[in-house]
Parts: sequence; structure tokens; C-alpha cells
Amino acid sequence: MNWIEPNSIDVTPIQHLNEQGVLTGKTVINDEEKLDIYKWMVKARRFDELAVKFQRQGKIGTYAPLTGQEAAQVGSAFALEEKDWIFPSYREAAACFVRGTKPSSFFKYAMGHLHGGILKEEGVFPVQIIIGAQALHAAGSAWADQYKNNDAVSVAYIGDGATSQGDFHEAMNFASVFQLPVVYFVQNNQWAISVPYHKQTRSLSIAQKALAYGMTGVQVDGNDAVGVYETMKEARSLAKDGKPVLIEALTHRMGPHTTSDDPSKYRSKEGDEAWGKKDPIARYRKWLEGLQLWSEEEEQDLNASIEDELKQAFNEATETTTTSLGDALGYVYEKPTNRLREQILEWKGSGESK
Amino acid sequence: MTEMNMIEAINFTLRQEMEKDEDVLILGEDVGRNGGVFRATDGLVDTFGERRVVDTPLAESGIIGTAVGMAVRGLKPVAEIQFLGFIYEAMDQIAAQAARIRFRSAGNFHAPMVIRAPYSGGVKTPELHSDSLEALFMHSAGIKVIMPSSPSDAKGLLNAAIEDPDPVLFLEPMKLYRAIRENVEEERYTIEIGKANILKEGSDITLISWGSTMAETKKAVQMLEENGYSIELIDLRTIVPLDEETIIDSVMKTSRCVVVHEAVKSAGVGAEISAIINEKALFYISAPVLRVTGYDSPYPVATVENDWIPSVDRIVREVKHVWELSLD
Repeated sequence: MNWIEPNSIDVTPIQHLNEQGVLTGKTVINDEEKLDIYKWMVKARRFDELAVKFQRQGKIGTYAPLTGQEAAQVGSAFALEEKDWIFPSYREAAACFVRGTKPSSFFKYAMGHLHGGILKEEGVFPVQIIIGAQALHAAGSAWADQYKNNDAVSVAYIGDGATSQGDFHEAMNFASVFQLPVVYFVQNNQWAISVPYHKQTRSLSIAQKALAYGMTGVQVDGNDAVGVYETMKEARSLAKDGKPVLIEALTHRMGPHTTSDDPSKYRSKEGDEAWGKKDPIARYRKWLEGLQLWSEEEEQDLNASIEDELKQAFNEATETTTTSLGDALGYVYEKPTNRLREQILEWKGSGESK
Repeated sequence: MTEMNMIEAINFTLRQEMEKDEDVLILGEDVGRNGGVFRATDGLVDTFGERRVVDTPLAESGIIGTAVGMAVRGLKPVAEIQFLGFIYEAMDQIAAQAARIRFRSAGNFHAPMVIRAPYSGGVKTPELHSDSLEALFMHSAGIKVIMPSSPSDAKGLLNAAIEDPDPVLFLEPMKLYRAIRENVEEERYTIEIGKANILKEGSDITLISWGSTMAETKKAVQMLEENGYSIELIDLRTIVPLDEETIIDSVMKTSRCVVVHEAVKSAGVGAEISAIINEKALFYISAPVLRVTGYDSPYPVATVENDWIPSVDRIVREVKHVWELSLD
């Protein structure tokens, strides 16, 4: 009998930089890039802290923190090329920053500005609210590149919860059937709001789900920026040749799901502490210091410059004039329908009725 | 001019658009070698190859979701949902993704794509193949909805849909695919999306219909005219945007209106038309706007479907009813 037992599939995660900050694997990252990755991670975390603080102060609306997932996001986005596209969820500020999205855009998005969020030129799709829906958009985008013989790759950023959605499975299937240049990058942060991984799926890993679709799957320590970078580099190169890849980055959302969520209701202190020891930034800094690439003084300079930049970004967002509802209604169709035109006029107080 | 039925006109148009623009591609279930279950895409794979006429895995959300990604990245996908009743599977990708992307990105992104789907009863299909669901999409701002009722309209409207910069749902009445043959201009032409067609002018009562029920409505008009009523018959052609002007102008002239549609009555397009007349022409009408529609039930089994679909008799009865209710 050739039964396939679920626990017979063994997946060993890739790790290049261990929790003590010791490089255990190889890397092609040069010194300048090493520092860039670190700076992006530190900036992302500070942005995150500020966003949570501003939400508490009522200065911005609901925000979905990413602290703990900096290595997964920065390491993966940093491995891409400018022509590539990413399809983020609402928790991917760090990945979007690496692509060129300004922190002020994210502040504006969280403030509910019409022109907040993503610009097309950044090769970033607007952040997705519906869980997993972007997995299909990434497949379609990759399909467009394949069709036009562009040498680009599309990357969908999804969470562990999204792998329960139909769209995830349809996207994996399409990607594999049509051999699309797409990478599915799952940040398995252990929690879909309050539901833990083991209640989301009985698969021992998300990476192994790739086998069912006839594509390549890989699991990586998502708190190891070096491992993530190298894995994405390799995945990108496979995807480019029509071999789509599913990457599972094992990580942990240290904060709440959003600023409206209280993780103490569903998470243990011990669990959080265990994950705290795997902090992606702390281990990376140790590594840089060990390489004599980083000092306390440089750390302080970096923090000061980030503080300035983010303060400016926030001021820019705060000072942005609110766009009117009348203007917003102009974006439903390329040209407003007669009815919308009527409603815009009505809103502006000069509505005509027949 | 060539004589065509609706399915031939659609096939002809798709071929014409694909010849004109290499970024136009077709994707859906069985659209390739099989040429679509109704033959709408028949032969296209032989001319354009599997790269441009794509048999997808069986997944409605997958078809529409990937089309969104393609459209945003510069292609012009024409996606087929095999039967409109299956479109619930893709509801998020249509209503929450394709339709909203322009608005939620303040015009920075948009998804110019066409979704074709056959609908309508009277052809004894199994469950969930025949439903008329246009009102769901009228309620989902950001998408346009076209429902042709003749081969030449189908051609001009499909041409327009494919060149439209917004997502368009193109709903084809299964019952009329092969019911009518007419002379269709082979030259490429477009019919403006959002412009109703006054099929016949009249002075007593405005009758409004579209898509599949145009066949019964036309027969009813003929009977009514023989009985001395002067009917103005409007084919809406497009549900979104809705040609309010043509509706209001007509009702102001005739002062009476009956709407005929195959979808269920509650919260249907007929209710919307009735509300518009109420808002904009109340003092010009002399009787309530009446509706002849499907019943408020799921689309029924084949043995009773002809009782469920608006019949010529029901249309005639309601037109006479509105005449009796008139104040003048």
C-alpha cells in the first residue's frame, strides 16, 4: 500500500544566521547591502512603534503592526529587482518601503487619505484587505510578464491564515499549471488574528503544500534576514524560468493583529518570550558588530536620522489637505456616469433636478 | 453585411478584437479546444494559439482574480464564466477587487477587463445555470453591466466593452444565442455603453426590457398594438450605467411604464427604474410603475420554468392593468 502519510513529509527550514547572530551558511550579500538591510529593518520597526503610538493618540486610524517580521519582509523585498512587482497585504509596510513606498504614504493611508498608499511606479500593488485575494493578482501580473516576455517576477505576500483561503489554492494551481514567474511568500507569523497555526491547518508546514500543486516549496527561518534574502534570490531565479515557488518564512508577529486587537487574550507570555529571543534585528546587529561593520555610535546616528525622517513623513501626512468626497466619487469609473455626476453636484450643493 | 445569430456575432467580434490588439486574450473553462460550451470561442485557438485562448483550471475566482492582475499590468483579458449562476464563486474578485481598484487607489490603478457570461432560462438547464444576477452587479459600484438582446447589439457592445477602460460584465442571454438571425455589419463598430435603444416609438405606455426578456416583450408589444395600444419599447442594452434620460423622456411622454425583467422582483433593476421615475418624473405619470419579473425564489426546475419566466400573457396583463390604473 502506498499511502501518503501527512507526517511523512519532512521539511527542514533554511537558516543562514542563527539566533546568536552567527553566520552558519553562505551569503552573497556585500557589505553595503548588509548595512542597507539592517537600516531598513530598524526603520521599519521604528515606523511600527510610531504608528502604534499615533493610533493610540488618535492621530491615525487602525494599523496592523509588523514588529517581529522585519527580516522576512526586508530580506525578501531586498532580493528583488526593480522591474519586479509585489502584492502586499496590509501588514507589509517594511517590504513596501524597500520598494520605494514613502513612509508618509503609509501614514496617509492609515489616516484615511484618498491619495494615501501605493503608487504604480513602485511596482507595488495596493495593499490587500481581503485575505489571500492578492495571490491571484500576482499570478495574473506574472502572466502578463510572461505574455509580454518581460524578465520580471511577481511576489505575493500572504500570511498563514491566507493559506486556508480558496484564492490561495487557486493561485498556486494556476501558477503551477501555467508555469508563471511568481513567488508566493508566506509569512507564517503563527497567528491569524487569534487562531494559532495548528488550528489553521493540519499540514506540518505550509511549504509542503507546494508539493500538491507540483511546484517547489521551501521553508526558511523568517527571522533570519540573510536566509530569507538568499532563499528569495534563488526563488526569483527559478520563478523567472517558469518555476513558481512557495516560500514559508517562519516568523512571529510580536504585537497585536491590529491596534484594535488584544493578544493577551489568546497568547501566552512564555511563547512570546521564546520568540523574543529570536528577534530578527538583535541577531543581525550582533552579526554586523562581529564583522566590525557596526558600532553603538553608528546605531545612535541611524536612530537619530530615522527619527527625523519619520517625523517629517508624519508631518507631511498631517499637513496633507483632505480631498473631498466629491473628488473621490470621480474615481469610481474613468469618467463618472451621469448619475455619479449628479451625485457629485448634489454633494457640492449645486445639484440640479429635472 | 453577413447574417449572424448572437453566438456567431460574439465569436466574430472576439476574433476581430484579437486581430486588432495583441493584448486581448481569452481565458476561461473550455474556451480553447472545445470553443466554449456554447461555441462562443469556437476556432479561436486555431488562429491565435493557446497563449491567447487559454483553457484554465476549473476555478472561477482564479479566472477573474488572475484577469485582474493581467488587466492592471497592461493586458486586456476577456474572461468567460461558463454560466452566470457560477459567478458567486468569483464575487469577491469582481465586486471587491476589479470593481473597486480604481476607486481605492484614487485612479492610480485600474482593471480594464471583460467578463462574459451566459444567463437566462427557458432552455431547461440544470440548477444554477440560468439565474439573472445583474442587480448584484448594479449594486457593486465600479463595474459596468451590458445585456444585449440582438446579434448586432452584441457585436457593437462587445467591441465597446473590450475597449472600455473599466471592468465590464457582459451578460449574454442563452435563450437568444441562436433564436435570432439578422444582418450584422462586419466592419468594426461600437455601440455606446450606457445608451438605451428605443426600438419602437409610441404614445400610451413605455415598456422597458433588456436581454433575454426582449423576445417575450416584443411579442407582447405586437399583441397590444393589435389591440389598439400605442407602446414605446425601450431596450435598455446597458444596466450600468443606466440611461435615465431615455427612460425619463419616454415616461414624460407616455405617462405610464411597465418594466419587464427575468431576475427576481425584489431589489431588482425594475425597482431601480421605478424609483428613478418616482424621483424625476412623478408629476408626469398617471399610474404606478408596474413590474413583470421572475418570482422571488431561486430559479426553478425545468418543468416549471416557463411559468416562472415573464410570459407574453403576464406582460400583456400588466400593461392592461397599468392602463386601468391610470388617472387620466
